Amino acid sequence: MQPIPEALYIHIPFCTNKCHYCDFTSYILKGQPVDEYLDALELEMRLTTEQWKPKQIKTVFVGGGTPTVLTPPQMEKFLSSVRRWFPLADDVEFSMEANPGTTDRDKLQAMKDGGVNRISFGVQSFDNELLKRIGRIHEVDDVYRSLENARAVGFTNMSIDLMFGLPGQTVELLDESVQKALELDLPHYSLYSLKIEENTLFHRLYERNELVLPPEEDEYKMYLHLIDRITEAGYKHYEISNFAKPGYESRHNSTYWRNEPYYGLGTGAHGYVNRQRHMNIKGVQPYIDACKSKLPRLEQYDISEQEAKEDFMMVGLRLLDGVTASRYSEQFPQSTLEADFGEMIERQIKQGLMERIPADQDTIYRLTKQGLLLGNEVFAAFLADE
Amino acid sequence: MTDVRERQKKIRNFSIIAHIDHGKSTLADRIIELTGGLSSREMQTQVLDKMDLERERGITIKLQSVRLTYRAKDGEEYLLNLIDTPGHVDFTYEVSRSLAACEGALLVVDAAQGIEAQTLANVYLALDNNLEIIPVLNKIDLPSAEPDRVKQEIEDVIGLDASEAVHASAKAGIGIEDILEQVVANVPAPEGDPEAPLQALIFDSHYDPYKGVIVYVRVVNGSIKAGQNIRFMATNAEFEVIEVGCFTPKAVIVDELRVGDVGFVVAGIKNVKDTRVGDTITDADRPAGEGLPGYRRINPMVYCGLYPIDSQDYNDLREALEKLELNDASLRYEPESSTALGFGFRCGFLGLLHMEVIQERIEREFNIPLITTAPSVIYRVTLTNGNVLEIDNPSNYPDSSKLDFVEEPFVKASIIVPNDYVGSVMELCQNKRGEFINMEYLDENRVTITYNLPLAEIVYDFFDQLKSSTKGYASFDYELIGYRKSNLVKMDIMLNGEQVDALSVIVHRDRAHHRGRIICEKLRGLIPRQMFEVPVQASIGTKIIARETVKAMRKNVLAKCYGGDISRKRKLLEKQKEGKKRMKQVGNVEVPQEAFMAVLKIDED
Repeated sequence: MQPIPEALYIHIPFCTNKCHYCDFTSYILKGQPVDEYLDALELEMRLTTEQWKPKQIKTVFVGGGTPTVLTPPQMEKFLSSVRRWFPLADDVEFSMEANPGTTDRDKLQAMKDGGVNRISFGVQSFDNELLKRIGRIHEVDDVYRSLENARAVGFTNMSIDLMFGLPGQTVELLDESVQKALELDLPHYSLYSLKIEENTLFHRLYERNELVLPPEEDEYKMYLHLIDRITEAGYKHYEISNFAKPGYESRHNSTYWRNEPYYGLGTGAHGYVNRQRHMNIKGVQPYIDACKSKLPRLEQYDISEQEAKEDFMMVGLRLLDGVTASRYSEQFPQSTLEADFGEMIERQIKQGLMERIPADQDTIYRLTKQGLLLGNEVFAAFLADE
Repeated sequence: MTDVRERQKKIRNFSIIAHIDHGKSTLADRIIELTGGLSSREMQTQVLDKMDLERERGITIKLQSVRLTYRAKDGEEYLLNLIDTPGHVDFTYEVSRSLAACEGALLVVDAAQGIEAQTLANVYLALDNNLEIIPVLNKIDLPSAEPDRVKQEIEDVIGLDASEAVHASAKAGIGIEDILEQVVANVPAPEGDPEAPLQALIFDSHYDPYKGVIVYVRVVNGSIKAGQNIRFMATNAEFEVIEVGCFTPKAVIVDELRVGDVGFVVAGIKNVKDTRVGDTITDADRPAGEGLPGYRRINPMVYCGLYPIDSQDYNDLREALEKLELNDASLRYEPESSTALGFGFRCGFLGLLHMEVIQERIEREFNIPLITTAPSVIYRVTLTNGNVLEIDNPSNYPDSSKLDFVEEPFVKASIIVPNDYVGSVMELCQNKRGEFINMEYLDENRVTITYNLPLAEIVYDFFDQLKSSTKGYASFDYELIGYRKSNLVKMDIMLNGEQVDALSVIVHRDRAHHRGRIICEKLRGLIPRQMFEVPVQASIGTKIIARETVKAMRKNVLAKCYGGDISRKRKLLEKQKEGKKRMKQVGNVEVPQEAFMAVLKIDED
């Protein structure tokens, strides 16, 4: 049996508008029953903790959507219900996603008072032209103002997201954004590449050949370039998209990458408890209605031992420190990493995509630099053929 | 017996000769409608073109016959058998056999467009079979119709008296009765002896899953009925007749097919190999002395490899070919294997259209996705030791050191084209290694151009290029004229240093560089980036004549935050994996199926 989760994800699905690339579960805020949604969330918290009573929560991540569209009173109400149902560790990492366009001082204060101690800002770019093109509501000035406010109320553990491979973006433009981001001297940066997802405005444009994206070669250069720039500035590249000063790696996301269990609450949220994955009902009202009688599941299914092992490799190799034989045996006491995947690992090593590092009483397997660039090829190799 | 002879005098067997689009099927529909074969409510447009594929392409692949009764103006009732013919150059032999089942033919010519090459070829076939030909000028209601010019053309080109030609419009229902009156008046009644031993000409067969092979016949002598023991004279196979009948166009069982009749025979036949088109059915207990003239085992002209994309479909593909062969005596196949493509079949076809039709039917009707290799003609290779080999697969081409000389099939091609396009047609033929024979004016505006061309060049893209260089105005026909020595070489394609047998082609030495370069360029575009650089090379023997490179994949990693949505990451990777599975692994290179067709469709510009 899997241990009781020590990580908690909660989804706030509201946004003031929809970005052109976004296909996450999110709804335009205007006219939404936000308070009822928060009530429903509390119902789900109750049902969840009744089913799997939490011992101690070490990380909380509130994502969206845009959690910071909540008004200060709503924020306060929401955060107090989290604390009511989940016992938070003293050193809990409590992250919330924030949009630079929706964070004034009062709200930041409410977050701080409610227990949030880490903020992840969706900055995406330091180029107003690009921001407009991808449908963001904020401008570069908002970023500086928000960070100033956040610092003023006492936040120090902050991260910003940047995107690359955006339409019209060049290596030079990306470099400028990275430069400006580094000047802020934050402890953590995430760099995501644009992916065209179905059911987005970008997808429709792309299908009609109206969206010109940087060629693979440029995207490759951007990725290499940003790795160089950020690591030179003293940050550790600890996951494919993530960089941190020592000790500031996102502990919550590490839960996913280590294939460990987590609670997932809110509409469209995913959870992984007792080797079962679930996805919640999508849609604000359907979610609210469902919570009144039972856990609002859209689907829920068992993960077989085999699938769990594959997931372990698929997500574990995203970490630059890779996977270790010992942690594998912790999760799968009946087997060893060598026995299950030795042959496949060998093949990846031969192709120059993985490496084996002997460690004290343990063995580390991780991607090489080449493997990092072709990660999908490696991850896919560990999935069983249907 | 006098009844039988009286009845025989009232039978008229005829077919329709027409160029594609000149209105054959519509005319057939009108005739069936007028004679009450089907009420107009039951009429589905173009009854004779049965298969979807035919409807889509506007061509007729299966032959079919319809028995109709017509009360003529002389007050007598006549039995008309309308026999449909396929309308493409690949099916010349089938056409000749269905014409052999008739005494007359309607020559349908578009009154606006005039005679086309294909029509001409079939008219000559009809004349060879001594058919009475009745000219019909169709689409007479079009403003652009020029009946006098077209009549003159028929007289000049074919040498037929066109003064009595019927002015008709199948679409508008004009002239249909006149056509039938001319059929009754001019097409001779069938000859033949009702009391002689049975001789029935097979002009088609069709596999029915419930009844087995349904054989379409014309009774030339004697009669055939249920219970009779019959023998197929070419194959010596014997069967007991279960039922005989005809199409009205609905299938109707009759007691007996008598002399002059056209209809079908069901005899529990499992395999169409026993029922070859052109063969004669006789009475097993009272056999005829010999078969009807004209039977020949027809030989394929074009070969290609058909491979299932999924190797598990191999047995299904074999069954599909067996079933298609039931309906198609000209289809040949035998198992072959390729290092690149695994197990499949080498298949022989009458021509390119035939090949495409079979491919499409396998994919559509039997639901088996295929990889088709580039088509090849049959090369005649003489070795230094004097042995002669027939090579239909470039993989089997002998080492050049063992070759004395090579011959390839040539055809005489006739192309009818409006004046304005003479230049572009001649340029195309020259590019295709053609040898100019002559050029004749059909009228002030239209020209027949005759070239001798290597069949292999026609197999490569000739139709498409002819069509585009003449805006679709050219019509084309060819006949095999024999083998000629040519300076040919085998060109191999290598991916990442490994030769891909399925991509080898035999080409003229002078064109090898050009074609090699084009194939390499095409493949570079079709092969997705792999994790390493893939050289694409064309070679003759050990000499590399062209090279391209598929650059290595640089970045493929999902740098996106899906949070806890692990199943989504998984699906994405599974999809990537699935895409690869549909490709063929050649050495360590993943090659998509279209790549194997790359050598076939080449834009020469």
